[in-house]
Amino acid sequence: MLAEQPDQVTIHIDGEPRQVPARELLIKAAEDTGTYIPRFCWHPRMKPVGMCRMCLVEVETPRGKMLTTSCTMPVNEGMVVDTQSDVVTKAQEGILEFLLINHPLDCPVCDRGGECPLQDQTMAYGPGESRFVEEKRHFEKPIEISDVVLLDRERCILCARCTRFSDEVSGDPLIEFIERGGNTQVLTFPDEPFASYFSGNTVQICPVGALTAKPYRFRARPWDLEAVESVSLVDTVHSKVSVQSSQNEIVRINGVDNDPTNHGWLSDKDRFIYEYLHGKERLSVPLIRKDYGLAEASWGDALDLVAERLGSFRGDAVAGLGGAQGTNEEAYAFSKFLRTCIVTPHVDAQMGDGLDPQLLAGVTNRATIDDVDRAAAILLWAGDLKEELPVLYLRVRRAARELGAKLVVVHPRRTGLDDVARHKITYRPGEGPDVLRKLAAGADGYADVLDTLSSGPVVAIVGRTGLSEDGRLAESVAAFVSGMDEARVLPIVRRANTYGALDMGLAPTLLPGRVAIDDAAGREALEAVWGPLPDGTGRGATEILQGLVDGELGALVLYGADPVRDHPDPTLARQALKSAEFVVSLDLFLSDSAAMADVVLPVEGFAETEGTATNLEGRVQKVNQLLPGPGQTRQAWTVLDELARRMGAQLGAQTVESLAKEIATVAPAYGGVTWDRLDWGDGRSGMRLPTEAGSQPLQYAPLDTGLLAGGERLALHYARVLFDDGVRNRMAPSLARLQPEPFVALHPRDAGAFAVSAGDVVRVVTEHGAVELPVRIDPTLAEGAAYVPANLAATAVLGAAPSVTIEPSAGDGG
Amino acid sequence: MTAPLILTQRMVDHRTDSHTISRYEASGGYDALRRALDMPPEDVAAAVKASNIRGRGGAGFPTGVKWGFLAPAYPRYLVINGDESEPGTFKDRQLLERDPHQLVEGVIISSVALGVHHAFIYIRGEYPRPARRVQRAIDEAYQKGYLGKDILGSGFDLDVTVHLGGGAYICGEETALLNSLEGRRGEPRIKPPFPAVEGLYAKPTIVNNVETISNVPWMILNGGEAYAHIGPEKSSGTRLFSLSGHLKKPGNYEIVMGMSWRELIYEVGGGIKDDRKLKCWIPGGASAPWFVPDLHLDVPVTIDDTGQHGSMLGSGAVVAMDESTNVVAAAHRIVRFFAHESCGQCTPCREGTTWLERMLWRIMNGHGRPMDLDMLLDVCDNISPGLRWPPAQTTICPLGPSAVSPIRSIMTHFRDEIEAMIPTAEGVASEVVRVG
Repeated sequence: MLAEQPDQVTIHIDGEPRQVPARELLIKAAEDTGTYIPRFCWHPRMKPVGMCRMCLVEVETPRGKMLTTSCTMPVNEGMVVDTQSDVVTKAQEGILEFLLINHPLDCPVCDRGGECPLQDQTMAYGPGESRFVEEKRHFEKPIEISDVVLLDRERCILCARCTRFSDEVSGDPLIEFIERGGNTQVLTFPDEPFASYFSGNTVQICPVGALTAKPYRFRARPWDLEAVESVSLVDTVHSKVSVQSSQNEIVRINGVDNDPTNHGWLSDKDRFIYEYLHGKERLSVPLIRKDYGLAEASWGDALDLVAERLGSFRGDAVAGLGGAQGTNEEAYAFSKFLRTCIVTPHVDAQMGDGLDPQLLAGVTNRATIDDVDRAAAILLWAGDLKEELPVLYLRVRRAARELGAKLVVVHPRRTGLDDVARHKITYRPGEGPDVLRKLAAGADGYADVLDTLSSGPVVAIVGRTGLSEDGRLAESVAAFVSGMDEARVLPIVRRANTYGALDMGLAPTLLPGRVAIDDAAGREALEAVWGPLPDGTGRGATEILQGLVDGELGALVLYGADPVRDHPDPTLARQALKSAEFVVSLDLFLSDSAAMADVVLPVEGFAETEGTATNLEGRVQKVNQLLPGPGQTRQAWTVLDELARRMGAQLGAQTVESLAKEIATVAPAYGGVTWDRLDWGDGRSGMRLPTEAGSQPLQYAPLDTGLLAGGERLALHYARVLFDDGVRNRMAPSLARLQPEPFVALHPRDAGAFAVSAGDVVRVVTEHGAVELPVRIDPTLAEGAAYVPANLAATAVLGAAPSVTIEPSAGDGG
Repeated sequence: MTAPLILTQRMVDHRTDSHTISRYEASGGYDALRRALDMPPEDVAAAVKASNIRGRGGAGFPTGVKWGFLAPAYPRYLVINGDESEPGTFKDRQLLERDPHQLVEGVIISSVALGVHHAFIYIRGEYPRPARRVQRAIDEAYQKGYLGKDILGSGFDLDVTVHLGGGAYICGEETALLNSLEGRRGEPRIKPPFPAVEGLYAKPTIVNNVETISNVPWMILNGGEAYAHIGPEKSSGTRLFSLSGHLKKPGNYEIVMGMSWRELIYEVGGGIKDDRKLKCWIPGGASAPWFVPDLHLDVPVTIDDTGQHGSMLGSGAVVAMDESTNVVAAAHRIVRFFAHESCGQCTPCREGTTWLERMLWRIMNGHGRPMDLDMLLDVCDNISPGLRWPPAQTTICPLGPSAVSPIRSIMTHFRDEIEAMIPTAEGVASEVVRVG
């Protein structure tokens, strides 16, 4: 789409003519052309409210100069503005004095001290001293308004940034102004904590130290912090962040405004998960299995053992799983190691819980995140974005709420976006194909929805609504929408750098750079650099696990992969790891899977390695290093390189940057991507793939997969929640305690049929396991379905079975 | 010239039942509506414009001009501001309570003129009886076919909703009123956009005072020009004044503007109680700067003359203070009111009014410092730069500058009295009040 060139107007600021976009707010127009006007309440990503009055300037009007807030005043042709007149200066000084009279001035013990807009602007625009001799306003000192955020109302200057963010941006209006006049204060509602997945953003945008984050409180002073820009690898949105450390420990992650992706916002998971890097359970020494369990070993012994054992198998008897948790460079090294050193085609970065890799890597009409802003309609037929990709949730919410996009949500249960959706279709898991058929035909009850979707540019966000749903449904949905005019598709999966890993060839049907495995030309080009490749198409994650159980495969290399927790079939995963003759795991933790390995190699993780990552819209961005890893941890690519040498092969990597250069050479979609461009050049907000210098050989048009509706008994809706029992969440104390209580939700009519009511404990049984859970009644859930939050400590045993039975609790005596 | 009573004739003639529909209809009620329904809507609006009536809520903006700003978009709304909260004002209460049908008829006619099909009457929460009377009048109007679908067979539809406020002065400010009506905090909005462009539920909205709209039936029956000919050119029509304070005859009076303040206070109001001397008076509600006998007794009671002399007719609330009044305590009481009623959203009003109140309190209690007086004015200046009239403001709405008015008034006219409260070098103040 062609970006419209906005009309320019000429305005005069302090006597200087400036060319600025028409209708732009004066405060922004002035800042962009070199005049900073002080402000507290104005935030470029929220609607102006003109409350703090700090940005007052004088504007010429037919009735003379008038004081007006520049954050609420759009510019127009010929506007004459004075930002430094005596009247303006006095007004600004007055505002600062007003703001300070009740402010405690406890800067020496305030987290914000040193990076505080109130401090800074007082120095620049404020009066030298206060004339206020009355007693200051007092409130109870910091009160916990949520598990991670504390509020000090004495420091608060009532700019309403936090309350507006919560209402306008995140859709969790859980904090508000109460009282009025001099008693005005920000507060939560009685018995309702500020339990928002986005609460940390309010801390970041607070212009004083009123809101502080528990994990960071009193940990550092801003001037002591080391910082580096990077992207969050918590999910596939890859929000831009500033990672900040003190004394070689990360103490804070802040959002950085990247226009195409996160607009400066982060989820609390992005923001606080860093704690896992410094957890006590972080692996720092290689482990080798002995009779009595895993024992610490030297790197030399561990690498020798792995090289010897892996070398004892035929290449295609070894499989590799993982590579999605790290950088593209690490994934590339893993891919090259498996395919050229081990010589196996059995590689997969996904855990059987994703979508077809060719769809993810090669979909021809892929949407960008920005496309949702321009869409007339958005079809969201995927997991609940608020739980799975929270920052994308914010973008879709904005598009639907502020930009006029008509949102259609299709999901088995309530989602975070239902309140801004034009249409909501709730269906029983398993019946998706029927719903799609009716929708495509505009059948009764669906005609309106079809009309909405056909009303202009449409973006379809497709993915699995739950882990027990067949991933092929998403492709059928993508195929249906692709048949419409001006349609774009965004197939989504959640895990970290999955898109980058697939682009590095970590899938049985892909070679690096978006090349299909059966693309002869692409294969030939790659072999010219890599040497001969293994024949044929390899196995995906589920077939790999099955092959290990059946004895067709002998050894498994795990890299940042935890199939026991992440594969929809935990029984199969566990059996596979037990049956395997040899398992080596490169990981940060002794995950459930790593604990079953024969050798565990501790590697470096986020902020400990440098490289690139590719997000769900195919945007490559730089990931930067800030810290060394703890103990004897090593970078994964050097571990793989060492193993390759011991096995008589070469990865040909001198430095991690040399891997990046090799990627740009061998991966067609990545042509021209260099670290310099991403760090300092035109790629600072990321480079979309395929690059201008590159190409995308795989042009994958989604097809109707012909999936049939199924499921007879109670269907299981096993869907992810943001704070689940994944190993990283578990190892970050601030997030670990946010894990929700487990439960099973039933539609009221189903609950009636089972004769259970809210709070009753029932036994929930799937083919993988059983667990006793309290019942919740959920009228938003489809009938004939049971919803269980996926992968909580208690529910992980259930796995993503298609169906479930509800039995009386064993403790009930029958 | 004998003053015609436009608004209060019925309640004067029929003290016990002026609020009933039978009395209203028996005295020509809803005739104006019948006539208006036969007129093209533009002509109805033209009659109101021709009357030159200026809004009776306080700002005195010409109603016809305001109507002309209504953006051409639908739906659009008419909102009646009955949040009569300006201290000293109690005129709308009388209209709501004693002649609700006159207002309802005015609302219906105005809605015809404006193309409105849903009107709201926002009444302050402290007015339960007036609100009940208005609601009853509306119910009766529905029964008689003056409201609802196809009014009197004209094809015109109108619904009217009564809403009670929650007890905040600021909701008398029209945009705060709209927020309150929408269920939000009663906080003024940034203007522009003005309500006529983006008002209730972001639709074009006209907000008019109870008294303003109560005049409309008379204008239709007698013609806008007839109204324009009553009183001085730019302060046409009759107007309700609420007289209170140290007067012999406090109360609501419907008068033609143009008489002098001397006449209003000494003839209409009957003079000062116990024949004491008049010290000063508030000419138009607590927000208005005060007038003093030496300078202002012969100023004509018109919107513009009062404005030119540095104050305003505002909401028509006249509060007289006699020579026994401690003006500092009086000013403090008013500032305390505004500090209490500040909505709290913008900094200078939230912090400034509170600070001013506390400084005055401290001075009154004998803890003032010589520097405090200039500081008091300087803090006022940070709320209302230049301390001029009409006031400039660093605030969102005029509430902050309203708190400045009484302070400016005492500093201008009674500086010696507040100076007397400041302890001298010997540590003794000559004049201290301790207010409980």
